[in-house]
Amino acid sequence: MRKMTVTAVALAAAMTCGAGAAMAEGKIVISNWDGYMPADLLENFTAATGIEAELSVHATNEEIMGKVVAGKGKGYDVLFVSSPFAEALNELGLVAKIDHAMTPNMANLYPEAMKLDHDTGNGFSVPYAWGTTGLCYRSDMLAAAPDSWNDLLKPSSDLTGKITMLSTDRWLMAAGLLAQGLSVNEKDAAKIEATKNLLVDAKRGLLAYDDTTFYSKLVSGEASLVHAWDGWCNYGIAENADIKYVIPKEGSDLWVDTIVVTAASQNKEAAHKFIDYVLGKDVGIWVASNILYKTPNKAAMDALDPALTAQFPNLAMAPGDLLKFEQLRDLGATQKSYTKAVTEIMASQ
Amino acid sequence: MLERGAGGLLLWLHLRLIYIFLYVPIAVLMVLSFNKAGLPTAWTGFSVEWYGKLLDSGPILGAALNTLIVATVSTVLATGIGTLLALGVERRRRTSWLDALLFAPMIIPDIVLAIALLFFFTLLEFTLGLHSIILSHVVFNIAFVCAVVRTRLRHFDYAVVEASIDLGASEITTFFRVTLPIIFPGVLAGALLAFTLSIDEFIIAFFTAGAGPSSTTLPMQIYAMIRFGVTPEINAMATIIMLVSFTLVFLAQRANREAVTG
Amino acid sequence: MQSRLKTLLLLGPGLGWLAVFMVVPCGIIFVHAFFERGIYGGIDYSFTFENFQRAVDPIYLTILLNSARIAGLATLIAVLLAYPAAYAITRAPRHRQVGYLILVMLPFWSNYLVRTYAWIVMLNREGLINRGLRGLGVIDEPLPLLYNEFAIVTGLVYNYLPFVVLAIYASLSRLNLEVLEASEDLGAPAWRTFLRITLPLTLPGVAAGAVFVFVLSVGNFITPDLLGGGRLQMVGNLIYDQFLSARDWPFGATLSFFLIAVMMALLFTQAVLVNRAQGESRSQVEGRTAKKAGLADA
Repeated sequence: MRKMTVTAVALAAAMTCGAGAAMAEGKIVISNWDGYMPADLLENFTAATGIEAELSVHATNEEIMGKVVAGKGKGYDVLFVSSPFAEALNELGLVAKIDHAMTPNMANLYPEAMKLDHDTGNGFSVPYAWGTTGLCYRSDMLAAAPDSWNDLLKPSSDLTGKITMLSTDRWLMAAGLLAQGLSVNEKDAAKIEATKNLLVDAKRGLLAYDDTTFYSKLVSGEASLVHAWDGWCNYGIAENADIKYVIPKEGSDLWVDTIVVTAASQNKEAAHKFIDYVLGKDVGIWVASNILYKTPNKAAMDALDPALTAQFPNLAMAPGDLLKFEQLRDLGATQKSYTKAVTEIMASQ
Repeated sequence: MLERGAGGLLLWLHLRLIYIFLYVPIAVLMVLSFNKAGLPTAWTGFSVEWYGKLLDSGPILGAALNTLIVATVSTVLATGIGTLLALGVERRRRTSWLDALLFAPMIIPDIVLAIALLFFFTLLEFTLGLHSIILSHVVFNIAFVCAVVRTRLRHFDYAVVEASIDLGASEITTFFRVTLPIIFPGVLAGALLAFTLSIDEFIIAFFTAGAGPSSTTLPMQIYAMIRFGVTPEINAMATIIMLVSFTLVFLAQRANREAVTG
Repeated sequence: MQSRLKTLLLLGPGLGWLAVFMVVPCGIIFVHAFFERGIYGGIDYSFTFENFQRAVDPIYLTILLNSARIAGLATLIAVLLAYPAAYAITRAPRHRQVGYLILVMLPFWSNYLVRTYAWIVMLNREGLINRGLRGLGVIDEPLPLLYNEFAIVTGLVYNYLPFVVLAIYASLSRLNLEVLEASEDLGAPAWRTFLRITLPLTLPGVAAGAVFVFVLSVGNFITPDLLGGGRLQMVGNLIYDQFLSARDWPFGATLSFFLIAVMMALLFTQAVLVNRAQGESRSQVEGRTAKKAGLADA
């Protein structure tokens, strides 16, 4: 039987070899969300530097993180992940240090972008885009503009069934924590419990938990108030000018999407050149005008078309104001309590 | 016979209603491929621009081709192996440990198999690519093919096989001339099932794929678009897949009918 | 050919494949159930039973029961819809059957996500069905069709119905027409032939199809998320979240271990019941055919 197995495996491998596994010398592989960088970026990068680069795509932070942990990051050179994931990858020894001598374009960043809590001085990650989490709403369908997390969690009766909340564990918890004036990284068991209870109550007023199509729901009129990342709210605003974004008075988190180099990379020099290329002004301008996200790239933000910030006011937010908000951090051992709380919220009737 | 009369008419009507149920969402997704704005679920006006974008989009077309390769190869392998397995299992009297082993690929959560395989391949320093996705898809496809073929073998009359051999036919001839024709509907159903499961599978493919576009499948590409909008480009791709498959089935049917009548 | 060699040739490739690509890799993951999550989501390799203690929390049982209810309902509906459809296909002219079968599968070569979005467009409050019904004056207020159990069950039935049709087709098209004719010749009404002969004979196909819908539904996490609006946690979501969101492989492995144990128990019970029903019907059918033969002789 062992012989059979070996034959079968060898046969299958032989049949399909050559189709995959293109690990040519000097080529780098980048994993990113689809559409999160200009379509011609890699082509231009190769033209400018002579380095071959390929794009691999991932759907969520969680999935690429799972893959990098289980596969030790082999095959990937550069990853785009949100900051708590970059932080965990660093703690697990899966990312490399960023050599600033090889990334002169780091000078394009705002000084504030070097002072992020998850990685002060950008030792292992480089910020690519940042923003806030708040409320996105149809100003023509609401009696009064919302200004508090409680407008989402304890809505007036006319909003019942017309609200969505983000389902990603950390942001769901953040809404409840912020409403009570707590840290988005709260570690006290009693406060986590209280937040869970608040969110279980809030579930009754919800249409759905949604972190993929909520802006579409505002456009169709299915929902009138949604828990949203600022950039995604902009996609709704682009379709309907009555859609507005507000950061609740209790505050927001500061989310940061970052770029890291894997520890497993066989070609760290090329990976650094790629990061340096992305830190150029033009890529930053593309991010702001196509993805409608703020970027920590000062050179790019200064060069933005003023018409864009007029249409999407949240793009104009000053970095100093952004840094007033706390970042989501890796929770370490407390993660278990958050997961349990979210499971109970999701399972509650 | 049973298909005559009121019963037969009701059956015929039911089948048509089932086809309507199956195809209405397909019609909706086809209409959405002409949606002007890149919103996944809200209609904003008519446009054909997404078809133009699709033709320019190397990654989506490449991913569609990869998916076809993975689904076809894993279906062929799993159908062969699964059919043999079914024949072997049904010959045995006590099968409980075999049953457990054959249920397992169906009930092990996808994410567990996905992480387990990547962890395992990494331990062995096995290079990942389309071939590793195929190896992994065969795992669950074997179980589904085997289950379908086994239902057909339940009342298989082994006397026919013995008769064939008594008459001097070799085992191989008997298999192809006697056994296979009898179990063929099961093999066909199993193959269709495997192909359909593989073509739409996302999580195991994502974990066992190599890095880079050469082993990105269409579901991986589509899920990766979630964050910045699943645009009507994908609906356009699905529409084209539907129309091409539909045409192929139609042509095959016609050729088949001519072969039968002619 | 020697019988043992033949068995080896038939079973070898499949069992070998499963041993190498399933038993060993999943075994490695299940061993993790006895370790602990590292602070940052790695593995702390010190032996513990803690995960098993965490897993007996009633919340996980609630989720399992919820999933079983939803998956069970989807299974029942899918089987009831699929059986007559598969039956109708087997009655079609032979050269058309393959075409009909492929037509059943073809919608599912599009993409799960895109199909699910199409359902959202149809079911939502401002969606096609609600607008249509309002336009016809059937309803005044939109019906709550989306983001509830109804939507999840609809989505599951839609996506897995074709698998049941295939499974039932595979067992139906084998049906020995002589047996049916014998029954009718003996004057049995059609419904009786169906209940006493056809149905029991096709039970393995029904069972296989039901198993497909049930296991695929229990493991599904996209439909509960998108059509259920994430309001209902199913086992698929739970395990996915443990492995990926919480990065807690040890606990994820533990929960999967329990899930697999429960499902194995269910499947074995199912297999035993089907075998028993089969055994009864087989002896009945054989008795009748013998009787028919006897009548013909006389």
